[in-house]
Amino acid sequence: MQQLDAGSVQVLTSLKSSTAQTIGEPKIVARDVSVYYGEKQALFDVDVNVPRNSVMAFIGPSGCGKSTFLRCINRMNDTIPIARVEGKIAIDGQDIDDPELDVVELRARVGMVFQKPNPFPKSIYENVAYGPRIHGLARNKADLDRIVETSLQRAGLLKEVKDRLQEPGTGLSGGQQQRLCIARAIATSPDIILMDEPCSALDPIATARVEELIDELRQTLTIIIVTHSMQQAARVSQRTAFFHLGVLVEEDETSTIFTNPSDQRTQDYITGRFG
Amino acid sequence: MLEHTVKSYEEELKLLDSKIAQMGGLAERQLTEAFDALEKRDPRLAERVIAGDAAIDSIEHELQEHVVTIIAKRQPMAIDLRQIMGVLSISGDLERVGDLAKNMAKRALAIAPESHPKPIITGLNHMVELASSQLKDALDAYAARDAERALSVWHADSKLDNLYNSIFRELLTHMMEDPRNIGLSTHLLFGAKNIERVGDHTTNIAETIHFLVTGRKLIDDRPKGDRTSSTLIKG
Ligand SMILES: Nc1ncnc2c1ncn2[C@@H]1O[C@H](COP(=O)(O)OP(=O)(O)O)[C@@H](O)[C@H]1O
Ligand SMILES: [Mg+2]
Repeated sequence: MQQLDAGSVQVLTSLKSSTAQTIGEPKIVARDVSVYYGEKQALFDVDVNVPRNSVMAFIGPSGCGKSTFLRCINRMNDTIPIARVEGKIAIDGQDIDDPELDVVELRARVGMVFQKPNPFPKSIYENVAYGPRIHGLARNKADLDRIVETSLQRAGLLKEVKDRLQEPGTGLSGGQQQRLCIARAIATSPDIILMDEPCSALDPIATARVEELIDELRQTLTIIIVTHSMQQAARVSQRTAFFHLGVLVEEDETSTIFTNPSDQRTQDYITGRFG
Repeated sequence: MLEHTVKSYEEELKLLDSKIAQMGGLAERQLTEAFDALEKRDPRLAERVIAGDAAIDSIEHELQEHVVTIIAKRQPMAIDLRQIMGVLSISGDLERVGDLAKNMAKRALAIAPESHPKPIITGLNHMVELASSQLKDALDAYAARDAERALSVWHADSKLDNLYNSIFRELLTHMMEDPRNIGLSTHLLFGAKNIERVGDHTTNIAETIHFLVTGRKLIDDRPKGDRTSSTLIKG
């Protein structure tokens, strides 16, 4: 583990000592995060603060490390044998590498939605009920029913599926499947959702639905979205981070990034002038 | 700056520049010819200037259509976005410069039969020369994306305001000397005001260029040089 700067140490300790979170403090604090796949370094000393109850967009050319960094936040890189992560990430001031922290619990708090909708080959109901059940979040069947219903409701899918909850999730349209995956992600009451290009397989209407949903979820959650669409980043996020060759080049208010970025590399990328 | 990966996008943006240059050149010419018509009391030249304004208007329309297409096709970002917004704003200012030249040409037509007071015409001549060289500087600053040059154009507008203030005072004196001068003097005063307004549009253009290039606004208000709105004749 690397040395932390004074500011983040303060954030880490002050947050840890209090259970009530202060609105102004970042939800996620990352310091000097580097990732290696075997010999190859994929991320270089990433520092970023993600504010709570907001959407942060990660943009950058393919292979620049966006997904790699996303996977650090819920320790999914632990599941890749050759991956090695250095540096520090804290959520609500708690170090995610803290040995006392249960990784399974961490992943329940930090939900993830992927590019290709990947519902389990089970019923719509089971897709959403799975998480709460394994995490023991429901006391009885009625409780579980209620969680499934509110999750589908919040994902904007309930109306479309309430009469066919026992049908397979894989029978839904692409856009519905993606919203089912979002319902599944929010069913464990996470406070962070990581979305890795969640709309790249969706048509414009389905995309608009997901964007609308992101905006609603932001009221209670912190969301990071990786996207290749500048317009999508501009529409859904409050802050945007630009990655290039494993380096976080620039992170700022979204409106600033898209009208007047500071770094030439950001400018070249978002205006379509990349090599 | 690097070129866009999509070549046709690059060409679409370049077309905007050439249209601005074309429009700016026309506006400059209209302005000086309107004054020539006034100075030489040449009704035919005045008519030509009045008719020539339509050409500026039509380039502005072309530009607007072109911009709408680019926004729809390319969703411009950052410097490109600022350029597109800048082009719209600059073409609006140039279109107004054209209108002001046309208005001066109309006045030239109205007062062509009368003999003009020499010192006023000399003063107006200075104003036109200054206004058109400022406009030219602004257009060059646009072509070169030169924020420094735009800034100096922006600062220089006070000279034009000073010239206008002194012509204003001279014309007041002229009118007070003999009420029969009032009709002619009023036209000349509006002529001077037209040129002073050209300066204001040039200043807008300079501000736009500064924002386009740097992404920052020129915020502190330029001191207002035209003091005639608070001047009163005491009889
Ligand atoms: N599981 C892995 N094993 C080896 N290398 C990987 C793995 N995942 C990603 N990489 C490499 O790490 C770099 C960053 O990849 P990634 O985080 O997927 O980028 P992005 O999401 O920005 O497209 C790339 O060079 C990629 O080849
Ligand atoms: Mg990726």
